[in-house]
Amino acid sequence: MSQQSQQEDVATGTQAGTTQSAEPVAGVEPVLETKGLSLGQIVRRRFFGHSGALAGLVVFAIIFILAFSSEGWGPFPGWWKYQHDQVTPLVNEGVPTWTFAPFSFGDHPFGQDRIGRDLFAMTMRGAQQSIVVMIIIGLVAGVIGVVVGALAGYFRGWVETILMRLTDIIIIIPVLLLAAVMSQTAGRRDAGTWFAQFAASNGVVVLGIFLGLVLWVSLARLVRGEFLSLREREFVDAARISGASNFRIIFKHILPNAVGVVIVNGTLIMSSAILLETALSYLGVGVKAPDTSLGLLISQNQEAFSTRPWLFWWPGLFIVLICLSINFIGDGLRDAFDPRQKKFNAKKAKDWRHRKAVPAVAAPGGEAKLEVDATIIPAIGVVPDPEAHGGADRSERGKP
Amino acid sequence: MVTYVVRRLITAALILLGASFLVYNLTALSGDPLEEFRASNLPNAAALMQARTQLLDLNTPAPIRYFKWLGGAAGCVVGQCDLGKTLAGQPVTQALGQALVQTLTLVTGATILAILVGVALGIVTALRQYSALDYGVTFMAFLFFSLPIFWIAVLLKEYGAIGFNNFLAHPDIPIPAALGIGIIAGVIAGVVAGGALRRKAIVGAIAFAFVTLVLVVASLTQWFRYPGLGLGVILIAGVGLAFGITVLAAGLQNRRALYAGLTTVVIGAAVYFPIQPLLDLATPLMIVILAVVTIAVGVAAGYFWGGYDRGQGMRVGGITAFVVAAMILLDRFMQSWPAYFDNGKIRGRPIATIGAATPNLQGDFWLSGIDAFTHLILPTIALVLISLASYTRYTRSSMLEVMNMDYIRTARAKGVSERSVVMRHAFRNALIPIATIVALDIGALIGGAVITETVFSVRGMGFMFLDGISHVDPNPVMGVFVCVAITALFFNLVADLIYSALDPRVRVK
Repeated sequence: MSQQSQQEDVATGTQAGTTQSAEPVAGVEPVLETKGLSLGQIVRRRFFGHSGALAGLVVFAIIFILAFSSEGWGPFPGWWKYQHDQVTPLVNEGVPTWTFAPFSFGDHPFGQDRIGRDLFAMTMRGAQQSIVVMIIIGLVAGVIGVVVGALAGYFRGWVETILMRLTDIIIIIPVLLLAAVMSQTAGRRDAGTWFAQFAASNGVVVLGIFLGLVLWVSLARLVRGEFLSLREREFVDAARISGASNFRIIFKHILPNAVGVVIVNGTLIMSSAILLETALSYLGVGVKAPDTSLGLLISQNQEAFSTRPWLFWWPGLFIVLICLSINFIGDGLRDAFDPRQKKFNAKKAKDWRHRKAVPAVAAPGGEAKLEVDATIIPAIGVVPDPEAHGGADRSERGKP
Repeated sequence: MVTYVVRRLITAALILLGASFLVYNLTALSGDPLEEFRASNLPNAAALMQARTQLLDLNTPAPIRYFKWLGGAAGCVVGQCDLGKTLAGQPVTQALGQALVQTLTLVTGATILAILVGVALGIVTALRQYSALDYGVTFMAFLFFSLPIFWIAVLLKEYGAIGFNNFLAHPDIPIPAALGIGIIAGVIAGVVAGGALRRKAIVGAIAFAFVTLVLVVASLTQWFRYPGLGLGVILIAGVGLAFGITVLAAGLQNRRALYAGLTTVVIGAAVYFPIQPLLDLATPLMIVILAVVTIAVGVAAGYFWGGYDRGQGMRVGGITAFVVAAMILLDRFMQSWPAYFDNGKIRGRPIATIGAATPNLQGDFWLSGIDAFTHLILPTIALVLISLASYTRYTRSSMLEVMNMDYIRTARAKGVSERSVVMRHAFRNALIPIATIVALDIGALIGGAVITETVFSVRGMGFMFLDGISHVDPNPVMGVFVCVAITALFFNLVADLIYSALDPRVRVK
């Protein structure tokens, strides 16, 4: 993954409009475009060129704002008139009041459950819980995974042996067991320990921390792999010779180079964390009854599917939307950080091929086309897009 | 190689020891096994508590109890397994045996289907990169990946079982519904067809007309009530499949291979009537023997047609024979469908929502086969949908990577046909990383699908595990854990060995 090839990739995209529309004269130096871009700039550009990821980001932002502003979080009050545990008189048997013609939300847009709690409030509360668990798991698992992987990969030797065997042990312990242990320990409210008290009031936070404590293993393995190759590079030697401490080398020099792996894998952990939290709540070992969660809502209401289907549809829809948007964001990030993966933009690829076809038509015969290809490309200083051309020389792009 | 395997096995044993110690203590400390008695008002609560304490040996601290358990488990190495007893008093080894059978029947079919469909979709989307098909499949993959399995299971129960059973009571398809399904099928066919807009439109229109017509005819003849394929459908579909298999496995220019495939179709059609009395007496063993015989006949057909590439002909013959025989088998199952449908235990609601078999159903091989099918269909669909996504994505990226390799360009440059490039050069190499993933998944297979088993009330490994946890009963939890961990570690090793066997560039050391 060399900096060089990434800049060239971006240059392909940005230049396509400028250099191509002008005459492709040999020897034109695209000075402006190949001006140095930082890794962050490159990734940002590629990410924002990925329409799926952008859509995911927008959807996630909308759900996030809706969930946290409507119900409020902690001391902050929300704008929605009902609380998730507030029992209100049943309106029209709890059928959703949201109508499209004439358009109005009504009192209970998502409907009410059997005893009259507002489903919109409950769903928003559940979405909050899912997002909070996801973020906590991402942070805890990310930090532990990075530290363990970095130490194991950097120091090798006995540190690596111990840490990696620990990883091996944790990876085969079922997550379900740990969640059950956590929930049963926290469930004993009469126990009076500080942990039980804390868990009783902050169930979802404890759940997130516990799951984070076991979900870091895959990330640790990947980070270790990155560190194993990065620690042999020259810039590490240079840093060491100039007297940098191990701590500084790990976190200031090597880690920024491994940030792609961390972010991409962190996103994947977060998307699976959503499903894990809802599944655990569904099985009764996650978020527990007076509080609510999307999985718990489905578990409580699945029997009533034939009479009150909305109690089942809305929480499920929000699980799918959150998870789907995170997955698309993760996909976009993976493409953005992976120099071999091309931008997920078919239109651009098609345009690029189309523009190249024009001189080929003008040129007499097929052999001339080859010449045109061969002259244009070195002139721009671009490696051809392998996906637009069905096979480009990969040797210059560096192996992964 | 041998030292590598031995070293890995020793490490695995140590990991297993450490992890099992943790799991045992976590389970034992997770709750109070006597809780249900403490709150009870039964007059003999104290005696029950005493008995439970005795059974679980609660007076011994958990870490020491672990070593007692380990002593019993160590007996497994010399053939005297003692994994303790469950709370109900059943030996864990026996309970594990039952649970394992349930789990394997549930997940094996689903895993195989998911692998086949996922790999096929991955290959097709990679070959049609950035087409509407690619975008559609990619979006579906992400969507299925994001679906909670308990949600989709409840939906399947509602629409796949209750809704479909209602439909089967009066299997009439109104014309608008037939048209709607036909339009959907036409659009899908058009997207799959690819090529120019004109070609897509033609393929889509043909598919639309065909599907609508089939639905109308099925509705008129009450096909869903009295299903069957019949000799005609088997013959026509068999000829079509023979062509398709030849295109994929040998290429149409290999006429001998095509003739081998067609020969097996003709043989299959010829034995269709003579074999029916034999099939009436079917047993599972007989079906297996018949399958082997069929494949042998197909291979023999390929061998006798010969040609410049005998191996290809034999492959085409064997695969075609297998598919034709599968159609005859399916037809025989369908013949038993009305009997199953009208059975007193079924009462006209065949698709089941829970369990793995109808209790006390008496019937021959065909009836119990249909019964297993109607119980497995919903959990299998749910599991396939969930696991399809990762196979599709992995295969797609692996195939894309291979298609950009230099040797593919070399193969094209020397004039190899596109079929050979894809099936011989690209596909086989793209399968190498998939083989690793498949091995790991098979290792994880017997852990069962905890949630699927819970939703569909299948008493498999996952159910046993969850039940043990909720009753703070370490023995069944440990039994499941040890089984799962051993297979997972073993298949981890197998995955590494397979990789090095398939890819000579990777050497285990």
